[in-house]
Amino acid sequence: MSKVKVARKSTRIDMTAMSDVTVLLLTFFMLTSTFVKKEPVQVTTPGSVSEIKIPETNILSILIDPKGKVFMSMDKQSDMVETLTKVGNEYGITFTSDELKKFRVEPTFGVPIKNLKAYLALKTDEQDKVLHTLGIPTDSIDNQFKVWVKSARATNSDLRIAIKADQTTPYKVIKDVMNSLQDLRENRYNLITSLKNETAKN
Amino acid sequence: MAEIQSNDGGGKKKKGGSKQKKISVFVDFTPMVDMNMLLITFFMLCTSLSKPQTMEINMPSNDSKITEQEKDKVKASQAITLVLSGGDSVFYYTGLPNYKDFNSLKMTSYKPDGLREFLLKRNTEAVYKINELKQKKLQLKISQEQFTKQVSEIKSGKNTPVVIIKASDRASYKNLIDALDEMQICNIGKYVIDKITPGELYLIKNLQTKGGLSQSAAK
Repeated sequence: MSKVKVARKSTRIDMTAMSDVTVLLLTFFMLTSTFVKKEPVQVTTPGSVSEIKIPETNILSILIDPKGKVFMSMDKQSDMVETLTKVGNEYGITFTSDELKKFRVEPTFGVPIKNLKAYLALKTDEQDKVLHTLGIPTDSIDNQFKVWVKSARATNSDLRIAIKADQTTPYKVIKDVMNSLQDLRENRYNLITSLKNETAKN
Repeated sequence: MAEIQSNDGGGKKKKGGSKQKKISVFVDFTPMVDMNMLLITFFMLCTSLSKPQTMEINMPSNDSKITEQEKDKVKASQAITLVLSGGDSVFYYTGLPNYKDFNSLKMTSYKPDGLREFLLKRNTEAVYKINELKQKKLQLKISQEQFTKQVSEIKSGKNTPVVIIKASDRASYKNLIDALDEMQICNIGKYVIDKITPGELYLIKNLQTKGGLSQSAAK
């Protein structure tokens, strides 16, 4: 009777190679990525065949939700502060340096000017709760949207305007925004869409 | 790989009868991989890899100083007016609106066999030329710069149609983008977004009631 020897094998797996791969992937993601900006409302952009990419800098993006609320965001923080000061001057409101500092880091803004001071005093999580119920007024009596765009343009003349609206937004709202822009002689702007593949039959 | 074997005091091998000390330094990379995977997941979820597409658009100026004469008049034979209405329906008429004949306004859809077919038919010449150019570009006969230059030349040619897009308040933003998209697909270079007039709303109503409005007006 001979004993059957079972070879004892180590179950240890060498993870070094795996680690190499993950580090490589991580580096790739870190280098290629741009962070998604936090938006107060969920917006589904309509599809289009247009293949022009949006430039990365000097963008004033106008976000329009299905109910017609308008929000804005800018990519340069220094421009945001200057714009706010200019808008404040227009309405006779001066902002303290604390308020300016808080406004600087806002990813998206869209608050009626008279509520802005109270809004900036709130904590970040409370701001998130109320922001989607606010929005910049665009109606013809009190068109604060125009003032914001005008101030932003005065701050940075290279600014490009991009409109990002939900596909179910009624045209009435878009028309108001477009009319306000036309009044300011902002005749060139971009409409943000998502890619759709479709070509003409030849 | 991650193992370092060190012989402590290798020089003194089998001398002096002292016991050898073999230390194996095996670094376990599993937690490292775990952490990396976590980070990768985080970056994948928090980033937008593809930049959004955009459509560039030039709007006519709202300036009231521009008088009617200064505005470019469009030849009636080349003008196509699209009226975007609610419920994903789109109406069109060519030339000047004809308020007497309710059939002058046609109803169509955003599907490829609707609006696109009509526009392509009106723009056959330019579409044909541009397709030829695309072939040339594929065969590397012309460069990208030449291609874009010639395409814009063809698009602004004399016999191409001019499309006026008018959206009613009930149309959605998607409808507008779809209509603008058709302009790109059908290679129409000259198009404009304009305000809807009561006349066009009347035409739509007249078509929906099959001439009921013009009949009652005639009485």
